[in-house]
Order: sequence, then C-alpha cells, then structure tokens
Amino acid sequence: MATETLPQTEREELISGSEAIAIACSLADVDVITAYPIRPYDTVMQYVSKLKADGAFDCDFIVAESEHSQFEIVKHASAVGARTFCGSSGVGWFYAFEAITVTAGLRLPVVAMVGNRALDDPGAFGVEHNDAMAVRDLGWMLYWVGTAQEAFDIALLAWRIAEDPRVFLPMAISCDGSFLTHSQAIVNVPTQEQVDRFLPQYDRGRLQLHPDNPITVAPQVNEDWLMEIRRQTDDAMRRSSDVIREAYDEFKQLFGRGDDSPFIEEYMTEDADIVLVGMGTLAMPVRVAVRRMREQGKKVGFVRVKFFRPFATDEIREALSHCKAVGVIDRDYSYGSPSYGGVLFNEIRSALYTLDNRPLMQSFIAGLGGREVLVRDVEEMTSMVQDSIDSGQVKEENTWIGVRE
Amino acid sequence: MTTMTQELPQVRGVKQIPVFEGFTSGHRTCQGCESALVMRLMIKAAGPRTIVVGSTGCMYVANTTYYSTPWVVPWMHTQLGSSGSAATGTAAGLASLMRKGKMQQEPINVIAFCGDGGGVDMGLSAISAALQHDEYNLLILCYDNESYANTDIQVSGSSPWGANSTFSPPGKVHRIMNRRWKKNTVPMLAAGHPDVRYVATACGSYGPDFTNKIRRALTIGGPTFIHSIDPCPKGWDYDPKYSHELGMLAVETGIWVQYEIVDGELILNGPSRAIARGIRRRKPVTDYLQRQGRFAHLTEEDLKFFQERIDETWEKWWIPGIVPFGPHDEGE
Repeated sequence: MATETLPQTEREELISGSEAIAIACSLADVDVITAYPIRPYDTVMQYVSKLKADGAFDCDFIVAESEHSQFEIVKHASAVGARTFCGSSGVGWFYAFEAITVTAGLRLPVVAMVGNRALDDPGAFGVEHNDAMAVRDLGWMLYWVGTAQEAFDIALLAWRIAEDPRVFLPMAISCDGSFLTHSQAIVNVPTQEQVDRFLPQYDRGRLQLHPDNPITVAPQVNEDWLMEIRRQTDDAMRRSSDVIREAYDEFKQLFGRGDDSPFIEEYMTEDADIVLVGMGTLAMPVRVAVRRMREQGKKVGFVRVKFFRPFATDEIREALSHCKAVGVIDRDYSYGSPSYGGVLFNEIRSALYTLDNRPLMQSFIAGLGGREVLVRDVEEMTSMVQDSIDSGQVKEENTWIGVRE
Repeated sequence: MTTMTQELPQVRGVKQIPVFEGFTSGHRTCQGCESALVMRLMIKAAGPRTIVVGSTGCMYVANTTYYSTPWVVPWMHTQLGSSGSAATGTAAGLASLMRKGKMQQEPINVIAFCGDGGGVDMGLSAISAALQHDEYNLLILCYDNESYANTDIQVSGSSPWGANSTFSPPGKVHRIMNRRWKKNTVPMLAAGHPDVRYVATACGSYGPDFTNKIRRALTIGGPTFIHSIDPCPKGWDYDPKYSHELGMLAVETGIWVQYEIVDGELILNGPSRAIARGIRRRKPVTDYLQRQGRFAHLTEEDLKFFQERIDETWEKWWIPGIVPFGPHDEGE
C-alpha cells in the first residue's frame, strides 16, 4: 500500500506547495501520474518521483515526451477508472491545450497542478495567471491557492469533487510560481485513515471503459447532439457548487481547518468602504497592507477569490454589495478587453451588474512575470480607489502598477 | 517487465479467422474502403476482451456516428496525434488498477489505431514514446491510406511521390507538387526502439497474414507497432471493387514490402519474401500507378523515375526495400 513508510499520526512538515501536493497524491493513492519538465510546476513531479523511488508511493509514474502526451495519457487512464494527476506551467500548459479541452469535454476527473508562469515570449519564469485562466471557458474547475497548507487541502478536495458522479469534471489547482511552488511553510499532514475516510475510491461507474462495459466514448455527434452534450457539461459545472460546499463542510469537520466559504475568503470586509480583490499569494502583501491601513483608520478590506470556476457569483455579490468601491488586482492581462481591464476585474464587474447599488470599479494589473507586489503598491492602489470615491467617478478604469515608463 | 497477455493462436488459412465480429454494421465508410476491412480483421483477431482507442481520421469520423457505432468492443476516441499516448494511458490505467487490486486481474488487449496523418506525421513522437515503455502491453496500428482522406484528401508524410491530392494538385507550372518520398516508418521505429519485440507491415489483402500479425503483436508482450497499407478508392481514385487487387499490386510491384521484425529478426512475408529470394519478379510499378487517378498526370519520364527509385530500394539498399543505409565499404 501507499502508506507503509508514511507516519500514521498527523504530523507537521516544513514543505513547499509542490511537496504538499505530492504528499497529497500519495495519501490519495493516485494510480497514474504523468510528468514533463517545465518550471516551476515540475517540482511537484520531482517529489512524486522520489516518493515512488523510495517505495513510499505505488503509482504508475510516466515521464511523457511532451505536455500534450502527458495530458492525453492521464485522460485515457482516467477513462478506464484510474485516479490521475498531472500538471504544467505557462506555455507547457498551452502545448497540452488540445488534450486539456477534450478532458473536460469527456467529463474526465483529471486533477492537474498549474504552477502559474508567464507565457513566452519573452521568457520569464515568474507568476502570471494567464496560463491557467486560458481554460476558464472549457469545463475545468479552477482553484487559486493561497498557502502550502491550502495546496495540500485543495488537492484532497479536488479528487473528491472532480470524481463525484454529479460533477465528473477536471480540476486545476493553480499555484503561483515560486511564491508557492518553491517557498516552504508549515503544513499539517493528516493520517492515511483520515484521508481514507474523506476520499472514496474513484468509481467511473457505467462510464468506465472496460470489456465488461463495451461503450463507445466520444462518437461523432455533430449538430444533432453537440448542444445537448454542451448543456450537460454546463449542468455539471452548476452542480459542482453544491458538491464543493458539501465536500468542504465535511473536510472542515474531519480535519478541523478551513474558511467560512470554499469559494472566497473575506478579510476585514464587514464595514469596509473599499474592498480589494485578488487571487493567489497576492493575499499576503494585501492583508499586511489592509491591516496597516486599518491602523490608520482607513476602512479597507480584501476578498480573495479561491474558486475562479465555478465562479461564486452570489457570494461575490454579497461580499461586495456593501462597499463604495472595489479595486481588483489582476495578476493577468487581457489585451483589448472591456476597459482594458484584467480578467478577474471584468468577471467581477459582470457579476455586480445586477446590484441595486453598484460600487465603483477599478482595475489594476500588477505583479506580472513574478514581479513582487509590495505593501506600498497595495497602499497606492487603495489611495487611487479612494480618489475615485472622493471625486465620485473612476477616471482611469485600468492602471498598470509599478511599470517603468 | 510485462504482465500476462492473452492466448491468441496463429491461424492457418481463412477458415480459421474467428467468426467473432467486433466491428459490425453502422459505420459509414466509403464503398471499397480497405481500412474498414482492416478494422474488422483487427478486432476479429483480437477478440472481445479488447479496448480499442481510435485517433481522429477516417476510422473515427466515418465509423462512430452517435447512435450507430459499429464497435462491439469498448471504444474511445483520442486526438489526432495521440494514438501512442492513448495506448499508454489505457494500458497504464489498467496495469495500475490491477496491480493495486482495484480491478480484477485479466489480460486485456489495448489497441490504439491512427491513420497516416495521425501516425506517420503528427503522432510520431507519442508513438515513439509509447514504444519505450516495455512495461505496458499495447499495439499501435497505423492504417495508411496515404493521405488525410477524411478532410478531402490532403498529402501526408506517407503519400507517395507525385500523388495528386487537394494540397498537391498538378498545375500549369508545377506538375509534381508532392516532391516528398514516402516516409520509411516501420524501419525507423524498429531501429529506433530496439527493445520493442514486434513491429510489422501488413496489408488487408492478405487476411490470414494480417490476422496472425495482429495476434503476434498482442501476445508477444510490451508495446508493438503494425503499419498497414490501405488502398482508398476516394483518395487514390479508382473503382472501389479493386481495393484488394491494388493492395496486392503494391506488394507485387515492390512499392510496399511485407515483413515483420520479431525480437530483432527480420522475416519477409508472402510475395515480398519471394521477390527478395529472386523466386518471383517484381511487376513494373506502372501496373500499380496507372490503375490510380492520383497518378494520371505522371509523364513517361515521371513513371521511369518512379521505377528507378523502387529499383534502387531493392538493388542498392543494404536490406532491400527496408534499410537504405549500410556500412561504409572500406575495401579489402
């Protein structure tokens, strides 16, 4: 079994987000894992291969010859009933794009880690969110991780949610390159018994490809049936919200940790005039800045969006319906988009459109290519939002932060 | 290390080809489609305890219309360049689940097929990778109709020199638009993956030979590869009733060589063996080329050039028809 050399009591480990997910793979007894090197995600596969080499983890670990094959292999392993894991970063994720889209189309619950990385060209190793975001319309559930602990927790949740027959959709765990993939933090690692109680075996049921169940998967449907099938995937994504809540509640009970909501994390938003919004490790400097500004009497809060897909429209509406202005900090870009705003900005603005009292909306592009977003950057953005409140209008809908002119 | 394979005995003659049909009515392939026969023979040879994965191409699009699939065995689509990865993933999933006791132990055949576009062109890298995994039992079958036939007949890396296609039409200035010579795929894979125990060429015109090749590939253990030449009435432009005959002519003219490489040993089959031993003369290539509309624009000079190239493969190559390079002759 996978666990013989793992301690049987819950333990604390000083590990990176990548290592946390590798340990989650072994506790989840993943059957097939495929790797292909690209920084920064590939650290997870280094840990997985070491676990396998040391006999601590029994899985079929396949080093593919490209990201396309990497994702195709797990897709087909998943179709015969195997629990799967793979991942990529930046343009590697794009190289796999064809396989990525059919995985969702086939409703196969592959779990992937995206070590968020800037897209070539020009070359850059650092974090940007455009890689994972590119699949936002395709039926992948997308989660943005804040800490190494959360990386571990969401990995266990990911198989539980993705493999639920009500969902059967793939899920990507987005981890900011370097800040999460390479930075170590204390992570609570549960026992095998706890994990087994939380995570049932993957059962593909009547969709399993096997000689005992001779089905034809993915025939040519054309205009006769495609729309109905697309709608089924849409229904699955809609259903996923309840499954996520259910799994998250149980996770909190069993493991004794978690936020109020699986979808968003609110920080000092109750009486806030200004609420900043962002994803991933950006939360760390933003929370420091919010605390500092609160000490100065400024009513500032923060919402961290965790699930980008499914997008928690109701919860985000509720969280942002009481403030005067919202500043969205995107670690991505969307050239030529509405207001030239970031992707998250436009999604949030769209979600808030039906509110009776719509807050002012301001978009910031920051921290691209792994550039650090500093506390003073957050303070600068906040003061720009305050200016908008004071003048009653947003003069610059979109601002790139910290760009040398 | 490989797991157990099924017992699939060799057949001696057409009558021993199994009655079992795994590929039945419901497909929409063209009249005279040799690839449809290849599918039928393939699954007859493999039997019902088989998972088939098919990459995009004629044998996907024409075969598996929703609600009228001809496949009696479990079948799944894979992407154009993914036959190698699909076979690997399917075999790995089964192997892992069986080893861990999550699925009942049983040797299940895994076959992934691809056309020449999916195999010889786009999928080559994934096929090569699949052939490196000797821990998985799988067969990749490339059905080669020498063009992207499903998308309106476009030239592929496996199309013959000079063939007319919608991407290589003869024109007023350029008569020969496809100046590439057909890729020598099986020897490339055999030489490049010496641990692979079985690679072969095949042709649906020779039913028992075809059946036996599928069975050898599925029973020998590890990853295997078969490349079949499939005459295509639509792409090659001939009367559908001549598909079988054209397959035989490809072999008899020496344009296509029938052989298998088993554990490092080359065995020529049927007419190709007779040609190599000098028992039988090769027919002139015009017997083959002039039966097909795709070569109708070739001039006498072109046909002569074609014949010379085929002669060269048989007379100059180190292993006739198969290996073009040889040791440098340093004299005595």
